[in-house]
Amino acid sequence: MISTAHRLVNLEDLHQAMRQGRDLLYPSEPKIMIGTATCGLAADAEEVLHAVREEVANSKLPYQVTETGCIGWCSQEPLLDICIPGRPRVTYGRMKPGRAREIVRAIPEVKREWALAMMPGDENTLNGAHVNYCVPHNGHMDGLTAYKDLPLFKRQLRIVLRNCGIINPDNLEEYIARGGYHALWHALRKHTPEEILNEVKRSGLRGRGGAGFPTGVKWQAVRDAQGEPKYVICNADEGDPGAYMDRGVLEGDPHSVLEGMTIGGYAMGAHEGIIYVREEYPLAVMRMKQAIRQAQDAGLLGQSIFDSGFSFEIRVVKGAGAFVCGEETALIRSIEGKVGEPQQRPPYPAQHGLWGKPTCINNVETWANIAVIVQRGGDWFSQIGTAKSKGTKVFSLVGNIENTALIEVPMGTTLAEIVYEIGGGVPNGRACKAVQTGGPSGGCIPADKFDLPVDYDSLNQAGSIMGSGGMIVMDDHTCMVDIAKYFLEFLEDESCGKCFTCRVGTQRLKEIVTRISQGEGKEEDLDLLQDLSWLVREGSLCGLGQTAPNPVLSTLRYFRSEYLAHIRDRRCPAHRCRELITFAIDPVLCNGCGACVQICSGKAILGEKKKPHIITQAQCTKCGACLEMCKFDAVLVH
Amino acid sequence: MVHITMNGLAVEAECGSSLLEVARFYNFPIPTLCHEDGLNSYGACRLCLVEIGEGPKSKLVAACGYRVEEGMKVRTNSMRVQRARRLLLELYVATCPQSKRIQDLASEYGVRQCRYQPVDGQPGAPWDPKANCIQCGLCVRICAEQMMAGAIGFSGRGKSRHVARPFGMTSEQCRQCGACLYACPVCELRCQASTAESLLCNGCLNFSPVCFQSYSDAMCFLEPCHTCELSGPFRHEVGIKVHALHDAGQKVAPSTGELK
Ligand SMILES: Cc1cc2nc3c(=O)[nH]c(=O)nc-3n(C[C@H](O)[C@H](O)[C@H](O)COP(=O)(O)O)c2cc1C
Ligand code: SF4
Ligand code: SF4
Ligand code: FES
Repeated sequence: MISTAHRLVNLEDLHQAMRQGRDLLYPSEPKIMIGTATCGLAADAEEVLHAVREEVANSKLPYQVTETGCIGWCSQEPLLDICIPGRPRVTYGRMKPGRAREIVRAIPEVKREWALAMMPGDENTLNGAHVNYCVPHNGHMDGLTAYKDLPLFKRQLRIVLRNCGIINPDNLEEYIARGGYHALWHALRKHTPEEILNEVKRSGLRGRGGAGFPTGVKWQAVRDAQGEPKYVICNADEGDPGAYMDRGVLEGDPHSVLEGMTIGGYAMGAHEGIIYVREEYPLAVMRMKQAIRQAQDAGLLGQSIFDSGFSFEIRVVKGAGAFVCGEETALIRSIEGKVGEPQQRPPYPAQHGLWGKPTCINNVETWANIAVIVQRGGDWFSQIGTAKSKGTKVFSLVGNIENTALIEVPMGTTLAEIVYEIGGGVPNGRACKAVQTGGPSGGCIPADKFDLPVDYDSLNQAGSIMGSGGMIVMDDHTCMVDIAKYFLEFLEDESCGKCFTCRVGTQRLKEIVTRISQGEGKEEDLDLLQDLSWLVREGSLCGLGQTAPNPVLSTLRYFRSEYLAHIRDRRCPAHRCRELITFAIDPVLCNGCGACVQICSGKAILGEKKKPHIITQAQCTKCGACLEMCKFDAVLVH
Repeated sequence: MVHITMNGLAVEAECGSSLLEVARFYNFPIPTLCHEDGLNSYGACRLCLVEIGEGPKSKLVAACGYRVEEGMKVRTNSMRVQRARRLLLELYVATCPQSKRIQDLASEYGVRQCRYQPVDGQPGAPWDPKANCIQCGLCVRICAEQMMAGAIGFSGRGKSRHVARPFGMTSEQCRQCGACLYACPVCELRCQASTAESLLCNGCLNFSPVCFQSYSDAMCFLEPCHTCELSGPFRHEVGIKVHALHDAGQKVAPSTGELK
């Protein structure tokens, strides 16, 4: 649904839009919501949406059907929510079109056997408001767990994700109904730029793009810098494998980023903003462009916003999806149409950025925090988190984890709480071995260090980094040498290639780690890995090179014995490195069912029906398919 | 003028000058591979690393691109710098063992081992533009900045990055001037001594160095290459640079430079 808001000039207009938005958010007839962020679409949410629309149209049901962003429960996508006035919102997971139709037909009955959870009301961290959908404990939902009692959501505090999965991101009024653009109004009409800047400083907010630089300090530098015009940029490049926090925000709550950037522009004296998004995020690009149009139509972008005399415009620039273009100086060059190679700092972008002008670059998540800080005050924000890391952080929890999820927790939450409580631990009864934070620049933290609080400084000390918030959980079937190799492969492709240390260093690191994974390594290779890692870290220009050895260094630090097993015993303890393992069939356990023969792509398994089978080693490609296939545990790996 | 401390010495430097310029002015040696006066600094080879700052905040930066700042402390030969140079040159030797310039630097800065496998083929093999180019970018910059042609550039990123002509063809911008060939620091003089047992030459540490002849293959982006055409009769003479690609069919004997 495209908004048809007229120009909003004063607080009364904003309240008017808020009332319209409330009617959409909490309509008087039943509302059906389908999560159609990229994670939902990947699980065929489109089909579910289509089926529901058809069902409603065909049966002429008086229901509203809307889309929403990602609420973070990615393992249960596609999600379908039914909101009936006076009742809690009920969530159904893993929807198929047929089942969705049945659920719709059953309204107002709840299909309890398929329901995942219910939401008796929503909270809004932006203004502290609670909206109750129903009288609490009215008995409607006995047996269904409330969201806030689910382990996945219990510990979460959703500031950045406050609207994701709640509002329809296509709809400006729904954003305003949740208190959106009020902070902008207050900033422009009631505060000076200095006051806003001080509020951001007081909040203690640090950049969420990786390095954790204090946002207020950066803003001050841009404000004080000589040169006009000034620019603000939103860094939505998000290139880490397994990370999709920024995508979740852009797709689920685009206006929160626009509002943050506009407030930032006011505080720093900039009049132009640019959102740099990778082209691989077509939905995010579409949603942002649409949100910009809506904001322009409503006068929330453009000339003299809220009649304050302050003008601001935002446009979207698409990047071609190079990891290194997330680095701020490379990003600037990419916007300028040049090759995305990082540049020597100083001069910092704050002094000499886009087109040589003072430029403030912040991450999507950083921007999405701004409206809340302005609305509730820096002091409120700084109560959340730890002494040096304030507020919350969004993580994408992926890998060998029960609940693949997009979560937001206060800084200082421990890894154990995140992995075991929120994430539900490792599936299939396996043990958790380590978690990789910070993407390719980060490191692996072993399970026995999981009491580590997650904040910038603790993670640094443990040899990893916060990074932008990807968290990859690994079970005991993960080989750490293999993991190091995986990240080096990523980095040798994604380094811009300018620095000799980074370009050649990552290739050589990979060469050595590969050698070790093939059982050809020598013990001296570990010293060489240390030396070379040191050189790459010390000698490279930008953050990519300086952190590229982290995956090697952290695995060497915590899992040295695993490297030694590969070298000394030519053995891969996790049975992952193909060159070092052999598959065999236990003649006692094998009952000759032949299931493995069908699955083996190398035609390596021979045997008569009902007789023990054998694997011809020369033909075996070591893919492990037979191991997965055999129901009698007869396939052995050495 | 700004005031900085360089290797403990209080010195003055012109605003906006690079640490490398200041160091050279005061005669502190800093090795470089990707810097040439008259071309913009690029920061690719990392060999000019120096240490700035003090205590836990100190770090290594490339002197060629780092501008002087008032009050900064610079060390051009600290332990950290020396270690970085040694490890770096070890990596360079492995990448381009045929280059006399690199072998000389390795000897000079005390590289005594090379723990890497050769990148391509055996040591002493002809210069291979894909494998042995150190991507210092001098050829690209001299073409763009001095010849005002911009006929070559870098293509790709990460491990597939290489110097290339647009679409692999010589463009109309190319005046066939040969500046790229002139600028290349590693393909002119060939180190003769690196053997299969060790990539590292260190010949100059002996009483009778063996590097007295140059190889007859080199990298240039000319098509056809004037040097090669003109230098046919002279190609065995010392110091003449010839196009590697033209020699693709004719293997060059590593020790003598003679055609097999
Ligand atoms: C190799 C590399 C990749 C990066 N990728 C991103 C990214 O995808 N998104 C991002 O916000 N910051 C990224 N950064 C960090 C940015 O350079 C910059 O610090 C950040 O955008 C500043 O915003 P913040 O202060 O809000 O964190 C990357 C840095 C490096 C070195
Ligand atoms: S460190 Fe790597 S990515 Fe960064 S500028 Fe150097 S080569 Fe490029
Ligand atoms: S060809 Fe020579 S000059 Fe050009 S980048 Fe390679 S090493 Fe440098
Ligand atoms: S001379 Fe400074 S990096 Fe090459």
